Amino acid sequence: MLDILGIASRNLLRYGRRTLLTLLLIVIGMVAVLLFIGVAGSFKSMMVGQITDSVLGHVQVHRKGYVASIDSLPLNLNMRPNMLAKIESELDGNPAIAAWSPRIKFGGMFSNFAETTSIRINGIDPAREATTVPLLSGRLQEGDKNAALVERGQIVIPLLLARGMKTQLGDTVVVVATNRDGSVNGKTFVVRGILESISGPGGRDGYIHIDDAREILRMTEDQVSEIVVRLKDFSQLNRVGGQIKAAVEGLTNKEGKPMLEVHEWTQLSPFANIAKMIDLMTLFIKIVLVSIVLVSVMNVMIMAVYERIREIGTIAAIGTPPSRILALFLAEGLMLGIAGTLAGIVLSLAGIYGINVWQPTFDFGMQKGLVMAPAIAAGDVLTIAGLVIAVAIIASLQPAWKASRMDPITALRHV
Amino acid sequence: MSLLSAEKLTKTYRSGDIDVPALKGVDFSIEAAAFVAFVGPSGSGKSTLLNLIGCLDHPTSGTLKVLDTDIATLDRRAAARFRGEHIGFVFQDFNLIPVLTVFENVEYPLRMVQQWPAAKRRDQVLRLLDAVGMADQAHKRPDQISGGQKQRVAVARALVSDPKLVLADEPTANLDSETAHRVLELMKKMRDEFRTTFVFSTHDARIMGEAETIFTLEDGRLLNGGSHA
Ligand SMILES: Nc1ncnc2c1ncn2[C@@H]1O[C@H](COP(=O)(O)OP(=O)(O)OP(=O)(O)O)[C@@H](O)[C@H]1O
Ligand SMILES: [Mg+2]
Repeated sequence: MLDILGIASRNLLRYGRRTLLTLLLIVIGMVAVLLFIGVAGSFKSMMVGQITDSVLGHVQVHRKGYVASIDSLPLNLNMRPNMLAKIESELDGNPAIAAWSPRIKFGGMFSNFAETTSIRINGIDPAREATTVPLLSGRLQEGDKNAALVERGQIVIPLLLARGMKTQLGDTVVVVATNRDGSVNGKTFVVRGILESISGPGGRDGYIHIDDAREILRMTEDQVSEIVVRLKDFSQLNRVGGQIKAAVEGLTNKEGKPMLEVHEWTQLSPFANIAKMIDLMTLFIKIVLVSIVLVSVMNVMIMAVYERIREIGTIAAIGTPPSRILALFLAEGLMLGIAGTLAGIVLSLAGIYGINVWQPTFDFGMQKGLVMAPAIAAGDVLTIAGLVIAVAIIASLQPAWKASRMDPITALRHV
Repeated sequence: MSLLSAEKLTKTYRSGDIDVPALKGVDFSIEAAAFVAFVGPSGSGKSTLLNLIGCLDHPTSGTLKVLDTDIATLDRRAAARFRGEHIGFVFQDFNLIPVLTVFENVEYPLRMVQQWPAAKRRDQVLRLLDAVGMADQAHKRPDQISGGQKQRVAVARALVSDPKLVLADEPTANLDSETAHRVLELMKKMRDEFRTTFVFSTHDARIMGEAETIFTLEDGRLLNGGSHA
């Protein structure tokens, strides 16, 4: 076979060891990037999934100023029924929203009749909460995962609290809270479940029925502290988040001032920064890959042109068009890129498969023994492969161009 | 009408600040199917002249017509096309492509310079390999054959696209005299068979004798108008 690819591949084989070393560099770079994307990416999406699907939801709506003072769970910044009706019609009218759930949040005292401690509580509508944050019940370490999260008179408490207060499933406890007028009220509950804690805001909260919350707080109307929204497609967060923001933040009070605020989960959890760091590291490691491919391919192609100057002079003298000489050397770079890419993909997929078989575990904050299950999307593999091949061609451009412009007489005289 | 004609042809190289006149006004003409040698001492301008004839370089002044084309008018690309179509080259160091077999080396101009259809290509390559007596070595790589054999393959490569003219700058300088004579004989046989014009250079007195027309160069000038041997 005597065409451009044939000649290029034979020239690569002619300097087999050098070609192999260059391929090795490309392969190491590819494997590093793909494994990193696989491991870090799955860690990221697992953590993001945990946080959004069990606590934060995708988007939250509050009364303006609530998030700034969320540590004190202020009761005077709840949303009133007339606002809620407007929000409700906006949310129900948006086809990109899968579900939403109202919560009443307050801080109170938790007593097992022997000891007392503080507790943060979410009053929820169990059915709505289950569709909005579907992984919440999965965090139940004790108690039935399949039943409604809480019925009236029941409480679900975080694991740390249960341990600290030596409280068990079925125990009767008391929750005492001060309402916004300053009057204190209490109510007894049966512990119905114990929740595994997770890192981040809301990861160590207790849950009761929303009607019990209103009863403790002696609410005369159906107020809500927080509305949690789940989107149909998480990848549309920016677009749909923007829509909700535009719709809800446009609602004004009698003085014409906006009274609500909308946050995406990334604005509510510090883990969003870790996720961003992972993205940044992925970018860096991609830059390193590009540099490795660029430098190693360019190096090998410069050598190839230099070693074959007389050969280039010969084929130029006998009339090979400059464009074909250019193509001959570009083809070498291209084939290096393709061979490195294919080997890199095979090894990376084998590595990812190996990790999935091996199932190493790791700890993250409160969560112990998380199983590392790296996965990589075909799109990512193709993007990286395309990047490497493109860079290999770019790296060959200058040497190939030089070869195609060579003066045959000078090249033939070269020793 | 002559195949090659030069009038007041000069070539001056610039090396740094000084001008090096390599050809100082050369006139000659060469007929089709001639078998011509340019001879002369080292530095007399043989290679310079052959490079001009081969459209690898431009004259400083004067005119040089190859196949009725004034080579001064050819740019890089046009010159490459012109060489590919009309001129075959045989080099002092054989210059076969090391990664290609004997067959593929001869096939190269038909495939990478011109685009001959595969079947026609194969017949032509086999015909040439047969003519130079290398048909039985077709599958070998250049590093598996001798110098004389390499030059035979190179002659086949130079002739494969049916050029009007074959140029050979010192084609036998790297061969022993026995082999050198054989290569010259082969070239002459090819001339007889294909009616191709052969122009070569040499400073080897024993080889000159093979030429039918000899031009003697000295210090950039022709000493005779082409003496017939
Ligand atoms: N590229 C160049 N730059 C400057 N001077 C050159 C160049 N090429 C050749 N010359 C000079 O031109 C003159 C003729 O050189 P040329 O190579 O044509 O001689 P030649 O007859 O082929 O010699 P030889 O038998 O050694 O090959 C010499 O003086 C040489 O030094
Ligand atoms: Mg010379």
